[in-house]
Amino acid sequence: MARIGVFICHCGTNIAGTVDINGVVEAAKQMPMVVHAAENKYNCSEPGQALIRDAIVEHRLNRVVIAACSPRMHENTFRKTVAAAGLNPYLLEIANLREHCSWVHGDGKEAATIKAMELIRMAVAKVARHEQLFPKQVPLTKRALIIGGGISGIQAALDIANAGHKVVLVEREPTIGGRMAQLDKTFPTLDCSSCILTPKMVEVAQHPNITLLTSAEVKEVKGFVGNFEVSILQKTRKVDHTKCTGCGICWQKCPEKAPSEFDVGMGKRTSIYIPFPQAVPPKPVIDTSSCRYYKYLRFMEEKKEGKPPPQCRVCEKLCPVNAIDWEQKDEILTEKFGAIIVATGYKPFDPTIYSELGFGRHPDVITGLQLERMMSASGPASGEVTRPSTGEHPKDVVFLTCVGSRDEQRGRTYCSKVCCMYIAKHAIMLKEHDPEVQCYVFYMDVRTVSKDYEEFYKRAQESGTIYIRGKVSQIRQEDGKLIVRGEDTLLGEMVEIPADMVVLAIGMEHNPGAVELAQALKVSYDVNELFIEAHPKLRPVETMSDGVFVAGACVGPRDIPESVASGGAAAAKVAVLFSQDFLTTDPMVAVIDQMKCGGCLLCTKVCPFKAIDTQVLRDGRTVAVVNESLCKGCGLCVAACRFGAPNLRGFTQQQLLAEVTSLWQ
Amino acid sequence: MVRSFPTRKLIHQSQLGVVDFESEDTWICATCRACVARCPRGVAIIDIMKALRSVVVGMGAGHVPDSLRVTLKNIAGTGNPLGEAAEKRTDWAKDLEVKTFTKGTEILYFSCCIPAYDPNIKRVARATASLLNKAGVSFGIIGARESCCGESVRKAGNESLFQTLAQSNISAFSENGVTKVVVSSPHCYHTFKNEYPELGSNIEVVHFTQYLAELIREGRLKPTRETNLKVTYHDPCYLGRHNSVYDEPREILRSIPGLDLVEMVDHRENSLCCGGGGSRIWQETKKGERLSDLRLDQAVATGASVLATACPYCMLNFEDSILTSDRSDVIKLKEISELVLEAL
Repeated sequence: MARIGVFICHCGTNIAGTVDINGVVEAAKQMPMVVHAAENKYNCSEPGQALIRDAIVEHRLNRVVIAACSPRMHENTFRKTVAAAGLNPYLLEIANLREHCSWVHGDGKEAATIKAMELIRMAVAKVARHEQLFPKQVPLTKRALIIGGGISGIQAALDIANAGHKVVLVEREPTIGGRMAQLDKTFPTLDCSSCILTPKMVEVAQHPNITLLTSAEVKEVKGFVGNFEVSILQKTRKVDHTKCTGCGICWQKCPEKAPSEFDVGMGKRTSIYIPFPQAVPPKPVIDTSSCRYYKYLRFMEEKKEGKPPPQCRVCEKLCPVNAIDWEQKDEILTEKFGAIIVATGYKPFDPTIYSELGFGRHPDVITGLQLERMMSASGPASGEVTRPSTGEHPKDVVFLTCVGSRDEQRGRTYCSKVCCMYIAKHAIMLKEHDPEVQCYVFYMDVRTVSKDYEEFYKRAQESGTIYIRGKVSQIRQEDGKLIVRGEDTLLGEMVEIPADMVVLAIGMEHNPGAVELAQALKVSYDVNELFIEAHPKLRPVETMSDGVFVAGACVGPRDIPESVASGGAAAAKVAVLFSQDFLTTDPMVAVIDQMKCGGCLLCTKVCPFKAIDTQVLRDGRTVAVVNESLCKGCGLCVAACRFGAPNLRGFTQQQLLAEVTSLWQ
Repeated sequence: MVRSFPTRKLIHQSQLGVVDFESEDTWICATCRACVARCPRGVAIIDIMKALRSVVVGMGAGHVPDSLRVTLKNIAGTGNPLGEAAEKRTDWAKDLEVKTFTKGTEILYFSCCIPAYDPNIKRVARATASLLNKAGVSFGIIGARESCCGESVRKAGNESLFQTLAQSNISAFSENGVTKVVVSSPHCYHTFKNEYPELGSNIEVVHFTQYLAELIREGRLKPTRETNLKVTYHDPCYLGRHNSVYDEPREILRSIPGLDLVEMVDHRENSLCCGGGGSRIWQETKKGERLSDLRLDQAVATGASVLATACPYCMLNFEDSILTSDRSDVIKLKEISELVLEAL
């Protein structure tokens, strides 16, 4: 038999000023199963809580109703209070007499008093049907997976590793470093990009807490926060990295050349290669599509007519440690992790669809990233900027902004954030390389929004760069020049600029495979296939999937400082998670009665947390099962189910029905 | 460049509600859609131009150019812009074996007013009908019951006349049991396909180049006669940018043995306009301001001896440009169906 105690709080004058407390106490005493009702100036104060604890003991109470403020304010406080008196903390119900009553009915004391009584009557009816609930403790793997080895992923890996936890860093390419490694200088300080990046890359490689997996991709993710099980595809490199010392003889002697991905077509690499001299790991991979030996193997396999190409195998012959392994196959590694950080970054927008700009048709129309590679001292041109068509130094260079960004018709609707700044950087650098260079910028708006950025833009203008507000409608070739035709909207006139080189400020786009990864991780993504954070302001590195965090440009266009900051922030969140030895799960989650479940699985579709799995019973029936570690207790499945199979602990259908029916009893 | 056209100014004036309706600028836009296709903000510029003109035409807020006023009057009176009698609409087909559309005929051939009446452009309709005959297609025409499709009328801002024309054509189609129509003009194509359905039309609309490409693919027409022509193709705005039909005309030209297809500097999505869209075809364009002159320069620059296209308005404008620039011995103007007919 329930023995219920009701404790009504004045909250100073917050409640007592509007509600007749004595009247409510008297009414509560008359309610069924109520054996004790008392008032208190402040229930939440220490003396107030002591009164509640004493009353529980004295009156042998086994259920408690606190009539006070919102449960969001003090439910946890009072759970601890009743637990201290020996009761299960879930045998408590809060009647919200402040936000739901006194604050909103200040003008009618009598009606507010009646409403207060009704709220308490409902709480009493509900708490009488409360059951003891017990939180579960789940063990936790203190090991983090970081997907993506760009600057965000590197920062996150180092921060977590330095906090003393194990980290596995997975990178799709043969080296870490990401887009930042391709850049020449960084704005607005003009620091050399690789000079500040490569020490961090080396630190990753040498850190005892970090395992680096390059040429690897995440394929499948199972489990939940603290207990993820992840399948990682280790792509074959045809080189045994446990033997390879990175001496470099193979890539120095390889006779076959292919366009370098790292140099975005501005240079070549050999078939066995490291993407750039400071690559980490400094060990090569074989590109089987261009390698002569693989061409030979494909020729033999297809039984083509004629003389087969040479077998080559020079690398194998020269390798001093026999590290070349033609038989090496793709491998799947399955590992356990407690937390995952996604830092998959961006890919530059492909400008070929802007056919009027002639990218791919005119060799002197290049992208900002290509110019970056040309300018880099360690790049294919050793820092010398030349016209691809003639090899001469360009004198007139035109930059076009917003190629692929802020474009509802052919590109992405968002601003890519970094282009205005990198154009200013390019213009300043070109002028420094060669004072005779004249730069022009066609812009829609110039957006320079961080510290020292506006001053940097001013510097570009003062260096002589001419900014023209308007879009370019046509680029054509005439007498060895590119004629850039566009509108100067401030003059309201068409202008034509004869240029030696045109640089397209291409924007940022999601990397290929982002959607598949988001689906595997149960993380939401937007129409642009960018990952969505749990809250854009207050939870910027968390996702709606517990234990999965996001960092860097996979969430949206970000520059280097923001990427580093978000990598560090995600690492801090992981460190907080790993500071616990067990994860405590909230018992107020949904449970599904398998006897009632019809197997329609509508609940799995409505569940925003992907917390409902399916299970095949021995009799062959398929039923839904709640994963209590993922469930947040939102109750959507309860509302959706036509069989009434799910029930939300702490808000069961019986409890809610009792609450409502108490109103007319 | 022929002249500047301050699109942005007009749009901004419209936003502020301070449009100068008396300005010539209201009537300059040829609705070529190059701006709409590239506008990063997705502004419906053509719809706005149409709205501005409808204020002039419908509410008398400004002056309608004289030649346009006359043409609109003609269309309202006789159903065609030339003011010719409706019963003369089928005269182009007199000595050809072209049947009248009856129940059971598979396809309606809708020639457009220009090939039906213009003495010079009649050859387009004649070539098309001959090709359909040679392929053994079951087709017919409905002649006097047809009116102008109204596409340019609508762009000229005369919405009520457009509605009348559209309703008249839609009922002519349904009374005759038409389910599929082949058109010569990209303007008819555009409005039948994209605008008539809102008014209750549900017929299948095919441009002649699409249909011809299909006939050649199926082997029902076989261009076999070897030619050594160098041909350049001009994309009509209403076929290309408005409806993304770029490949079929080129596919047809490439199917002609020996024909050397060369592209102009600006082609496909970036094609220049002949200047005839958006009712410009019925307005005077001063010499020196004609877009077709610029386009002809591009065509001549390719070294081609034939400029091919697939639109009656483009035909009219280029005929004019070739004559006034005295280049008829340098380059010939041909509609695609003429070229195919010659190659059979």
